Amino acid sequence: MNKLLKKIDGERLLLGLAAPVLAVVTALVVTALVLLASGKEPFQAFNVMLDYGSKADSQIYILNKATTYYLAGIAVALGFRMNLFNIGVDGQYRMAAFFAAVVGAQLHLPGVLHILVIVLVAMLVGAMWAGIAGLLKVTRGVSEVISTIMLNAIATSVIAYLLSPGRLAELDASGNVSTKVIPDSGHLFNIATKGGSLYGFIFVAVIVGIAFWWGLSRTRFGFDLRTAGGSDSAALASGVNVKRMVVTAMLLSGAIAGLVGMPELLNNSYQYSLNFPTGIGFTGISVALLGRNNPIGVAIGALLWAFIERATGHLEFAGYDKEIAGVVQGVIVLAVVIAYELVRRYGLRRQQSRVGRQLAAQAVPSKNQEVSA
Amino acid sequence: MANHDIDITVSRGTVHALVGENGAGKSTLMKILYGMQRPDEGTITVNGERVELHTPADAIARGIGMVHQHFMLADNLTVLENVVLGAERLHGIGGRARNAIKKISDAYGLDVRPDVLVEHLGVADRQRIEILKVLYRGARTLILDEPTAVLVPQEVEALFDNLRELKSEGLTVIFISHKLDEVLSVADAITVIRRGTTVASVNPREVNARQLAELMVGSELPSPETRESTVTDVPMLTVDGLRLSEIDPDGIDRVVLDSIGFTIHKGEVLGIAGVEGNGQAELVEAIMGMRKPDNGTVTLDGKDISQALTRTRREAGIGYVPEDRHRHALLLEAPLWENRILGHVTEQPNSRRGILNPAAARRDTERIVAEYDVRTPGIDVTAASLSGGNQQKLIVGREMSHNPKLLIAAHPTRGVDVGAQAQIWDQIREARREGLAVLLISADLDELIGLSDTLRVMYRGRLVADADPSTVTPEELGSAMTGAARGHLEHPAQDAADTADETDQAGE
Repeated sequence: MNKLLKKIDGERLLLGLAAPVLAVVTALVVTALVLLASGKEPFQAFNVMLDYGSKADSQIYILNKATTYYLAGIAVALGFRMNLFNIGVDGQYRMAAFFAAVVGAQLHLPGVLHILVIVLVAMLVGAMWAGIAGLLKVTRGVSEVISTIMLNAIATSVIAYLLSPGRLAELDASGNVSTKVIPDSGHLFNIATKGGSLYGFIFVAVIVGIAFWWGLSRTRFGFDLRTAGGSDSAALASGVNVKRMVVTAMLLSGAIAGLVGMPELLNNSYQYSLNFPTGIGFTGISVALLGRNNPIGVAIGALLWAFIERATGHLEFAGYDKEIAGVVQGVIVLAVVIAYELVRRYGLRRQQSRVGRQLAAQAVPSKNQEVSA
Repeated sequence: MANHDIDITVSRGTVHALVGENGAGKSTLMKILYGMQRPDEGTITVNGERVELHTPADAIARGIGMVHQHFMLADNLTVLENVVLGAERLHGIGGRARNAIKKISDAYGLDVRPDVLVEHLGVADRQRIEILKVLYRGARTLILDEPTAVLVPQEVEALFDNLRELKSEGLTVIFISHKLDEVLSVADAITVIRRGTTVASVNPREVNARQLAELMVGSELPSPETRESTVTDVPMLTVDGLRLSEIDPDGIDRVVLDSIGFTIHKGEVLGIAGVEGNGQAELVEAIMGMRKPDNGTVTLDGKDISQALTRTRREAGIGYVPEDRHRHALLLEAPLWENRILGHVTEQPNSRRGILNPAAARRDTERIVAEYDVRTPGIDVTAASLSGGNQQKLIVGREMSHNPKLLIAAHPTRGVDVGAQAQIWDQIREARREGLAVLLISADLDELIGLSDTLRVMYRGRLVADADPSTVTPEELGSAMTGAARGHLEHPAQDAADTADETDQAGE
């Protein structure tokens, strides 16, 4: 019995690894073919990427980028675990970062408190923006896919309106429109390395990852959330208030989304300007898919994403087109989604037939009974 | 195993009815005949020729067409467009197609107008289009899956006229239903399916609805004798004046449950008989707090729980074995030990103060697996990989593990092999001895008669009849289930005085 148990578990692990490896290999092959088709030598390109991507300053760049992507990925993953597709992480983090920047610049508080307030404001704004979609879903039956996309567009307009001189922003010396700079007490520490400075927010990202894992797998709330995500009807029958869970999950997803802009705001720019990075919410979707909504998987996905971005950025200098980054990323996501689904189905079927065979061997009498029925 | 040893012969130019309870295997059989599912063994012969049906296209090529219970029409297209969709090569999409449709419509009295948008049509018209679609593709054998489920009585009559028309033109109709009076009025031959196998082929002129009901629910299984009464006079569950109305997909407000009232005492099993779809599922969900009744009260062990959330009700001591275990009782892709937590996440040993205790939950799952004889290689396999009977044993074990005061068991042994069935019966009886109150819903009359202390019959959302399980016969129950009998069901040989106090008790 025990032996079989181990076997199934080992197999599960193997199947779990098979999917992402399969996907990445497929992506590499397809990319190589694309490069070949455009008349370039692919292995040289991979070499350039690997070389440049593993330099010290690249490593820091990748870690900093991955911190942001990881938070976005976790925000999306939380929605996915509840069977909600929060496409609105993008709008949520931008709204959150903008208002956090505005509030942060107005305050003068002792260091830790100042940072804490900024982060809390960001989480609140993100949660509220996502909560709108949650409320619309449970009260009016609006699909969260539609409402969050629309909320993204609304966020863009709201920020564009408020981010102008005379409203919540000002024109700085170099002619840039931005919010006021957050005073020093609101700056988070950076770690100086020989590759550059590593954002201190990376530790927050790690804590978020641990909390995500623990919350989902070790608490009643997490169990209810996973139940509701796995089967609406079973959740209802088991006593989960599914509607409330939809709103709660959206609020939580939005709160985490609120953190996405924080590494940039607290560790780098200290203000929200027209240059504030956009589109990270969509990266988060890819990263969550890549990591299969698992906190460690998402971390690997975020790192891979940042690596590809960094490494392909240098390809231009070696005579390749930089658009190859998009090709690689696109193919990886597509391959991952397909590979996971294939492996999942295969695994489920395999386990079913294995259990069936195992039991048929030891349960001949009950089989006879069934026939006599 | 969904189906086994199915033998059915349908003659040309007849309406052949296939009856059986939901879950008896009718749909699986139909899927096989229409090429949607492959049989493991056995043969299908059409017009004397053995055929292999791999896809619906094969079936259509052999002249077999299917009218699904849920219509498959595009609302924003016209009747003509819907009919030719996917069959453009037959008569094109223009005038020739229109003529062909007219011809078929006239020939069988279907009265179809080709240029009306489908969204403007009612249910009966849509059904006729579905039939026409099948005929347009050259079907000579039509399979109709519960065609009357969506129709009102007058429409049913009109449909039956159409079917007779088809029959007189030499077409064959296979008609699936569990409405016995309808089957008797239209069919030329009837095959009864129970537990995945054909149990009888009868001539409608030689049987009545009662006998058919008996065949459908079966009476050959040994019923467990539990005559020593454990009923106390302490009420455990009291339902009073429960009424539930719901707006159906057509926008009509239907009363699903009406003035439902009963009391289950400690140590009592109350069985509810009834043809499926008469409100039993809704009653269970109302007691569980999954549906909000319009009015009425539910009292558990002296506490009014009418407004309580489902979780509160469960914590208050209701164990729930749902009718549809895949939808309501299991997380199919989660391991067994997580399924053991499902529904009892707030209770010991699964969690304490909001924190899960996976180790304790796993240990307790091992215990359930051993005590309830769940056949599984381990507790880490997914629930989906267990057979139906073993899934059910796990569910029963789980629900019994929290010392329930009331067990709601809806079809607890459906799709379960005989061994597991006896075991589940044993467990219910055991718990009843210890003072558990049980609400038992079942389609299996022997199960009901064998386990219940009190029997009620549900028909069209009302409790219309009651009976003493020690004297009632399946025939008597069957006639009440079809609405033919009401009130207290008495055995003719029984002295009325004997059962008088039973009536009082059951009639509360």
